[in-house]
Formats: sequence, structure tokens, C-alpha cells
Amino acid sequence: MTELLVGTKKGLFALQGDNRGAFEITSRAFAGEPVEFAMHDRSSGRYLACVTSAFYGPKIFVTDDPAGEWQQTGGLSLPEEDEKALIRLWTVVPGIEDDHLYAGGDPGVLFESSDGGLTWELNQPFWEQPTRPEWGPGAGGMCLHSIATWPGEPGKLAMGISAVGVWLSDDGGRAWRHGNAGLVPRYLPEDAREDTFDLCVHNMHRAPSRPERLFMQFHGGVYRSDDAGESWNDIGTDTGLPSDFGFPLVIDPDDADSAYVIPLVADLDRVTPGGRVRVYETRDAGASWVERGDGLPAEDAYLTILRQAFAHEGSGEGMGLYFGATSGDVFGSRDAGATWFTAATKLPPVHSVRVA
Amino acid sequence: MAVVRLRAPLTELTGGKRELQLEGATVRDVLRALEHEHPAISGWILDERTTIREHINVFVNGERGREDTALAPDDRIHVLPSISGG
Repeated sequence: MTELLVGTKKGLFALQGDNRGAFEITSRAFAGEPVEFAMHDRSSGRYLACVTSAFYGPKIFVTDDPAGEWQQTGGLSLPEEDEKALIRLWTVVPGIEDDHLYAGGDPGVLFESSDGGLTWELNQPFWEQPTRPEWGPGAGGMCLHSIATWPGEPGKLAMGISAVGVWLSDDGGRAWRHGNAGLVPRYLPEDAREDTFDLCVHNMHRAPSRPERLFMQFHGGVYRSDDAGESWNDIGTDTGLPSDFGFPLVIDPDDADSAYVIPLVADLDRVTPGGRVRVYETRDAGASWVERGDGLPAEDAYLTILRQAFAHEGSGEGMGLYFGATSGDVFGSRDAGATWFTAATKLPPVHSVRVA
Repeated sequence: MAVVRLRAPLTELTGGKRELQLEGATVRDVLRALEHEHPAISGWILDERTTIREHINVFVNGERGREDTALAPDDRIHVLPSISGG
């Protein structure tokens, strides 16, 4: 049985299914509220949801049962004296140590929890970055959406921010540095690209089986790093992708050469190319990509898949892949993308998908 | 004269021209001159208040510019969609 947590524009949906067909909606929480992200923390056993009320602002809630009561967590605020407000929370990522969690949000902020998400504390060194006044947002705001931990090395972190590039730490977040070498922001004039940190990372994940390797979907560009995010190599040009623009990204946790992206046409046309919904897979670390779409809509389907709306379960040839679109459709594969089925339709616009 | 560089889809409004030489003391002046020379582009970069649209970026010699940025002869102006749009 697979349980999916689907964050939508109008609430959190828990879905369950075990066959190649429609999943059952087992619960809905936060009715009417935008749920940006939800996940299940295996360490604490808790479910966590990032909810951005249009009325009451961004919050993280926790529960032991997504169909039960949710409890608001504490500490998610910015220093009053800085006159900035927390706008949105984009992700929650388990740390390496038990009950340690990270949360990323807008305006480019990192929070940490050491009690399984019940209370949070702002990462001050990152909040106090001296260049912060010069940072600018992407279309979704200045979102810290990607936090990549390093198995067995709790001090090593990589983060991706739209649009402030890649940030690296070797000491658990006390000191931070850029990791932007090789990224090409084609949306800037050539004479404005050098040394800019106006870099719109759309998604970034580390390969757990080879932690010095990361993959990135950029705002126009797909990249791979083999030096822990210090520098990046283009794997999106002339490698078989119909476009190097997109948002979501998944890596096979047991195969550092295998990754999946879902290309969209371009920044000015953020839909699936040619009305065909296709996932692209690489098995050679980005040297080549092949389409995986058997069972996905093949015509008249102009979908948008957002950055947190692509999830995996397991690894290898039997890896589960699940993604949702702003159309309210959710698709799944139980054979690493070789074949697909429709898990849900007619949900509100999907913001995020994670396997519980 | 300043050199204005455009990308698609704006080039579809200038008869395919990607680079134009235009007179003006400020970015606003040059963009108004662009509208005068190519009326089809009116309203695409500047709004009714002659303000650069929210999700358009204008760079002058590689630095971010505004409507009132002063120009020198041979300055290069890039007009690009912002990553905050779309």
C-alpha cells in the first residue's frame, strides 16, 4: 500500500492505493487553505504540513495521523527588528540525526528543529548574510526550496534558492558559501552574468549513494555537480531533452547515475511540450535522456508540474514515481517510469506530492 | 545613440529586429523612441504611466536600470523578461 501526501491550493489530501489505478482519498485537511508541502518524517513518525493561509500567514502543522487533529508548531518567525515577514514555507527535509529537521521558506530563510518539528529556530548565520539586501525573488518568491543533506555527515548541507543560487555549509550551517560555478543564467545579458548571484535554481537533490553528486533543474538548464555543489556541468544541452526548462527532479537513491525531470516548454510557456506529458530519465548521469510516458496523456495535455510535485518510493527498476499537476491530476508509476497510471483526477491545483 | 537589444517575443513587434539604435537621455526616453519607431511594441515594455512593467528587466551596460537611468552615447540596453514572471 502506498500513501501519498498531496498538497494542493485547497487543502492537503492523503491518498492510498496498491494497484495500477485510482488511489482512494483517505483524508483531507486544511480545507480551503493552500498547502505548499507535506511530508512524513520517518524518524519521529510525524506528518508535517506547510500551510500558507491567505488570512493568517504561513505555519507548519504536525500530526501523528493525517486524518486526525493537527497541531501548530512554534518558532517560525523572523526577528522583529529586521522588519521582514515570513511569507511562505516551501519544504521540510529530515536531517541526518534523529528528530532533526530543516524547513526552507520565503524570504530565503532556513529554520531548524531538533524535536521532530514541534519547535523551530531560525538559522541566524544564513539570515545575516551580508549580501541579503541585494537578493531578488523568482516567480514563486524568494523561496528556499531545496535542502540537501549528506548521509553520515550531519554538518554538510547544500541549499538551492530561487533566485539566489546554491549555498553550501560544512559545519552544520554556521558558515555559508556560494556554490555557483558553471551555472549560466541565460535570462541575464552576457555582461551581467559574471559573479552574479541572481541565479534561479528550480530544484536540487543530492544522490544519497554518491553524496558528492547533485542534480539541478535550473531556470533554463539542467546541471550535475560531482564536487558536492562547488561547480556544475551542463547536462541539458543536446542530451535528448525537449527543453531544459522545468521544475521537478527526482534521483534514484541507490543509483547516482539515474535521475528524472519533467520538462516544460520554456519560462514564457510553462506547460508540457506539444501537449504531451512526458517524464525524462537518464541512466548515465545526464549524458543522455529518454522519454518515459507509456500511460501518460499523449495529446492535448498542457500541464504544469510544480517544483515539489514529484516524488519517489524505493529504488531501482521497481521504484515508484508519482507527480501531480496544477490541473489536479496525479500520475504514478511502479516500474521507475516505464509505465504510468492515473492515481487521481480533479483535485485542486497540486503544489506538492510526497510518499508517506 | 543607445543600442537596444530585444529578444522574442518582442522582436516580433519590431519586424524581427533584435538590435536598434535609438536616441534618448534616459531609459524612458529611449523606450518611448522605440515605441515611436515601432508602434506595435507600445504597452509591452512601458505601461500607461511610462513605468517599466513589473516583470520586465532592463539592463544598461550589464547593470540593472530603471526608467530614469541616464544614458551616455553607445550605452547598451537589454530588455529581458524577468524570472519573477511567467
